[in-house]
Amino acid sequence: MKTQGKVFKYPDNVDTDVIIPARYLNTSDANELSLHCMEDIDKSFVDNVCEGDIMVAGKNFGCGSSREHAPLVIKTCRVGCVIAKSFARIFYRNAINIGLPILECEAAAEEICAGDNVSVDFDSGIITNHTSGKTYTAQPFPDFIQDIIKSGGLLNSLKK
Amino acid sequence: MGMTMTQKILAHHAGLDSVCAGQLINCKLDIVLGNDITTPVAINEFKKAGFDNVFDKDRVAIVLDHFVPNKDIKAAEQSKQCREFSCEHCISHFYDVGKMGIEHALLPEQGVVCAGDCIIGADSHTCTYGALGAFSTGVGSTDMAAGMATGLAWFKVPSAIKINLCGSLKKCCSGKDVILHIIGKIGVDGALYRSMEFVGEGIKSLSMDDRLCICNMAIEAGAKNGIFPVDKITLDYMNGRCERKPIIFEADADAQYDEVIDINLSDIDPTVSCPHLPENTRPAAELGDIKIDQVVIGSCTNGRMEDMEAAYNTLKGAKVANGVRCIIIPATMDIYRECVERGYVTAFIDAGAVVSTPTCGPCLGGYMGILADGEKCIATTNRNFVGRMGHTGSEVYLASPQTAAASALTGYITAPKEED
Repeated sequence: MKTQGKVFKYPDNVDTDVIIPARYLNTSDANELSLHCMEDIDKSFVDNVCEGDIMVAGKNFGCGSSREHAPLVIKTCRVGCVIAKSFARIFYRNAINIGLPILECEAAAEEICAGDNVSVDFDSGIITNHTSGKTYTAQPFPDFIQDIIKSGGLLNSLKK
Repeated sequence: MGMTMTQKILAHHAGLDSVCAGQLINCKLDIVLGNDITTPVAINEFKKAGFDNVFDKDRVAIVLDHFVPNKDIKAAEQSKQCREFSCEHCISHFYDVGKMGIEHALLPEQGVVCAGDCIIGADSHTCTYGALGAFSTGVGSTDMAAGMATGLAWFKVPSAIKINLCGSLKKCCSGKDVILHIIGKIGVDGALYRSMEFVGEGIKSLSMDDRLCICNMAIEAGAKNGIFPVDKITLDYMNGRCERKPIIFEADADAQYDEVIDINLSDIDPTVSCPHLPENTRPAAELGDIKIDQVVIGSCTNGRMEDMEAAYNTLKGAKVANGVRCIIIPATMDIYRECVERGYVTAFIDAGAVVSTPTCGPCLGGYMGILADGEKCIATTNRNFVGRMGHTGSEVYLASPQTAAASALTGYITAPKEED
């Protein structure tokens, strides 16, 4: 599985309140919620994001609340992958459970710039920055987590 | 190799003699929790996956607390969905308006959670119940759905930071100052993926409300859970309250910790987290003239009886400063009633404050105290992210009930007096 697109770059500690502000959480409709994705940190994100685009961020991405709406709106905006130095643990778990691809890679998160054209090969964990020509290798997931991802999320893996 | 307290609880619930950090395990759950924001997503996933029944109707807790009494039509629809699901599945711990409270104040108070439990909740502050000596952690709605269906959850066994407390708190400080101080020291990802285990002589001087507040904000340091050992204070609190017999676990003497942090409680001063991260802490006394527009005293962090008492002790017979809106929210109906019976509500109203029924409302910018552009609020809540309580141009300062109440009277961020 692969994804390729342009990069949206964000800082350390992007919290779930800016990914999807709680004032919109009076609905669980993903399409409606996704209209407000990143609204409090990047107002133009929703208008500019295209299928397969990639978010690159610093440490502790997705900190704060447990709202699964956060990875869900990113996925609904058709983001192909989130690359960060580290993820907050509930966001990490939620992303895996709902099938939003995420990768931890310190060097890639540090060096990749906004607007770069980047591709990710999930089988090998190789991240290629076509703008700079650099490649990076992300930490692979443990087998147990890969099984959840391959099943298409946690509930599908339980049904096996 | 020795195990931490958290590891022992996890091993017990996984049916294993021992576990080690990094190991992936499947645990039996004692309680699976959700609220009016996260439960609807879980219900949709539960149904989509084709599950017909919850694993145990007495082990699922659904608490309507974020946007109730319903703030608008959409919130009403979400509450309705939770209500209908709870009715259909005969959920015994369903808490609706009139019975509800903020989940993390309510479940310990009602004895739904107890020592030795393994608990997941689709709310990040589920880590609160570590104060009772339970393993308890926040998850998302899909985990909640899986937990409701199977009674099981997978965990990666965490390593731990040992936080060794000695001394005792100044009278003007509380558990909130302790946890803000620690987050200021280690940062918002200082305990990422790990347990925070609080130990040492100093814990004897911390009340249950202090401990619940401290564990509540473990997530604000990125922790998987926060936990206190079970002592007389815990046992007295649980006595006659808990539905199940508590199981007491203790860390092994040779348990391994990634890090040991020593804190003398008597060195801690009233502490404030400045915008826009909980780690931006400063002593309240050093903040200078920060004029505030709003004060919020409440939330799952600080809406308990001792918090109401601290607010009362400062506000009784005094007046909230002109131009300041002071909102006080007892966290459960029992606390609300006690505030009425003790005359606190009258004193709060006489001081110029408003008193709401239990709700998470303002903490997450839902309703009941939203900030406009440029406004500043001192709040006893737990997060001060950009836009957390309203407009992205507003600011939230996190503090204890003592500091928030003292600030309400002056209109500026103010450290409580030493004798308060």
